[in-house]
Amino acid sequence: MSYIFFHITAAAYFVATLIYIAYLFSHRAGLVKAGRYLLYGGFGAHTVTIIGRWIEAGRTPATSLHESLTLYAWLTVALYIVLLYRYRITVLGAFVAPFAFLLLVTASLLPKEIVPLAPALESYWLPVHVILAFLGNAFFTLACIFGIMYLIQDRYLKKRRIKGLYFILPSVEILDELNYRCLTYGFPLLTLAIITGAIWSEYSLGSYWSWEARQIWSLITWFLYAALLHGRLTTGWRGRKSAMFSVVAFAVLIGSFFIIYLLFGGAHGLLR
Amino acid sequence: MNLVIVGLNHRTAPIDIRERLSFPEESIEEALGRLVGQYDINECVILSTCNRVEIVGISREIEKGIREIKRFLSEYHSIPLRDLDDHLYVHTGEDAVRHLFRVASGLDSMVMGEPQILGQVKDSYSIAVQNDTAGVIINKLFHKAFSVAKRIRTETRIGAAAVSISYAAVELAKKIFGNLTGKTVMLVGAGEMAELAAKHLLTAGVREILITNRTYERAVEMAREFRGSAVMFREFLHYIKGVDIVIASTGSPNFIIRPDDVMGVMRERKHRPMFFIDIAVPRNIDPLVNNIDNAYLFDIDDLQGVVEANLKERAREAEEADAIIDEEMDTFYRWINSLDVVPTIIALKQRLEKIRKNELEKALGQLNGLSEREIRILDAMTSSITKKILHNPINRLKKEANNVDGDFYIEAVRKLFELEDEEALKKTRSGEE
Repeated sequence: MSYIFFHITAAAYFVATLIYIAYLFSHRAGLVKAGRYLLYGGFGAHTVTIIGRWIEAGRTPATSLHESLTLYAWLTVALYIVLLYRYRITVLGAFVAPFAFLLLVTASLLPKEIVPLAPALESYWLPVHVILAFLGNAFFTLACIFGIMYLIQDRYLKKRRIKGLYFILPSVEILDELNYRCLTYGFPLLTLAIITGAIWSEYSLGSYWSWEARQIWSLITWFLYAALLHGRLTTGWRGRKSAMFSVVAFAVLIGSFFIIYLLFGGAHGLLR
Repeated sequence: MNLVIVGLNHRTAPIDIRERLSFPEESIEEALGRLVGQYDINECVILSTCNRVEIVGISREIEKGIREIKRFLSEYHSIPLRDLDDHLYVHTGEDAVRHLFRVASGLDSMVMGEPQILGQVKDSYSIAVQNDTAGVIINKLFHKAFSVAKRIRTETRIGAAAVSISYAAVELAKKIFGNLTGKTVMLVGAGEMAELAAKHLLTAGVREILITNRTYERAVEMAREFRGSAVMFREFLHYIKGVDIVIASTGSPNFIIRPDDVMGVMRERKHRPMFFIDIAVPRNIDPLVNNIDNAYLFDIDDLQGVVEANLKERAREAEEADAIIDEEMDTFYRWINSLDVVPTIIALKQRLEKIRKNELEKALGQLNGLSEREIRILDAMTSSITKKILHNPINRLKKEANNVDGDFYIEAVRKLFELEDEEALKKTRSGEE
């Protein structure tokens, strides 16, 4: 049943993406509005999808890759809506819509059955850990998007090319600021996700840390973001350097996430 | 009632003709009075700016209206019509509506999309209102023109992109810093363009302005003018670390700001972005400064390039604006056409007939066992009641329709009886054709 809503969500994000692409070329204010409403509508259907899945499975829907990607996309769009409300950067949707759509397409290609969770992993730590981790990811996603927007606008200004996206992207200083804000939220969330993951692991498997691939890579990501934040706070890394770094760190984050899932399966393969 | 616009603008007439035809603000009231009083024009507005003079008039016949307005222009300014005629353009009917919408939106202006014209059109209109030379059509037309202009301003970016060098600098500053509130500017050297840019930046919210010049007295003088502070020329590099926007325009033959200077400053200011504007020729700032992260350098040619790009963007937006005008023309014309007397009378009759039929049916439903004949009598009676009621108003409408305030009567009837039924209107019109 909830799968119908999954399709509605994906369709809404897809159409929103097309509209935003048209916006990027034509700069029509009407298009950006239409894209935004479609994203809102898609988000509504998305919420229904997740609640439906939650009820059907009887637990947090984040134990298969299909479920995880759906939840991750949902949190990213939710964060987009919050940021839009606060900062009114309407062009942001043009980046969020295709990203959310791609996540859902990937999710739809993966097995969708509800697999029972190994009894050892049943715990209240599941929702806490999973939501912290994906919310952190959502912030890093937005940080990466602001980084990309920064790099584009910076290039327009440096090359004095006054055309195209230059007109609709916000100023470099604001993009840099938002990139930084997202990092300052993402990093503590990632830290908490790692800690709660360790507690959960101790609770269900009897050890805090077992040097599994997932744990190692989340530690690597943690160090990358720690280095980035440290650079920003102390040596005054700004602008291009920091934007590129947050794109790279995000690539590592998302790359390791997918590779580990594909190699070891859900729940980080901790049960093997 | 026909709409006629006769006028001239910067494209059709040279400045000396525009000067002679212009109406100084204090003369407009009197001119409006003469136009309505001594010429065969029913309603009118006079728009007179430095780039255009236009008379918007309503007359009973198109040809006569054009002739009368031209005669007025020639007699009022004492210029023979033959000297004038080549420079005048004439718009009538639909064409005139479109023209007015385009003028109000700045699409017909010398600098495409400039916003001042809307204010000027508004002023001209309100003078006409005060002098009672604006009637139903002019009122509706101008209000529509204002709303079209507003819609174009919000839905297109026609007025958004800067088309002068000094504004282009402000616009770039906004693309670098977003908000200029609390930023600091330094003027290195004086010059008209630098001062103009500084003025615009201050209006945009810049907090502090530092001024330096080879002659310190000049710097002090300018600092007084801008409420800024003067800085000794040999020390200006020390102050630059607290400055976000640098405008250089000295006569120095060498670069006075080099990459090394900027790199040192950048470290001190924790790499917060800096915007360098070099409007000096020869240039004052080494072009390599642009290669430093978070430093953005634009020289005079770059700014000129920005202006040209913006003009192109405006031309592109103008197409969109014209599409909006087409759309609004439709709604305006639907209203204008509703002012025809015949469809109004038909709609009025239909309206009453519908009420009569409904009420008759209701009554017959309650009265049982009436004979054919009794029903016929009731039908005839109700029908003659509505006819008698309508008799006077319809005669009056037909008579007034040809008079000056005919539109007022028609509009009133449509409002009183809520005759906004589009379908009925369309049907009657296609029936006529």
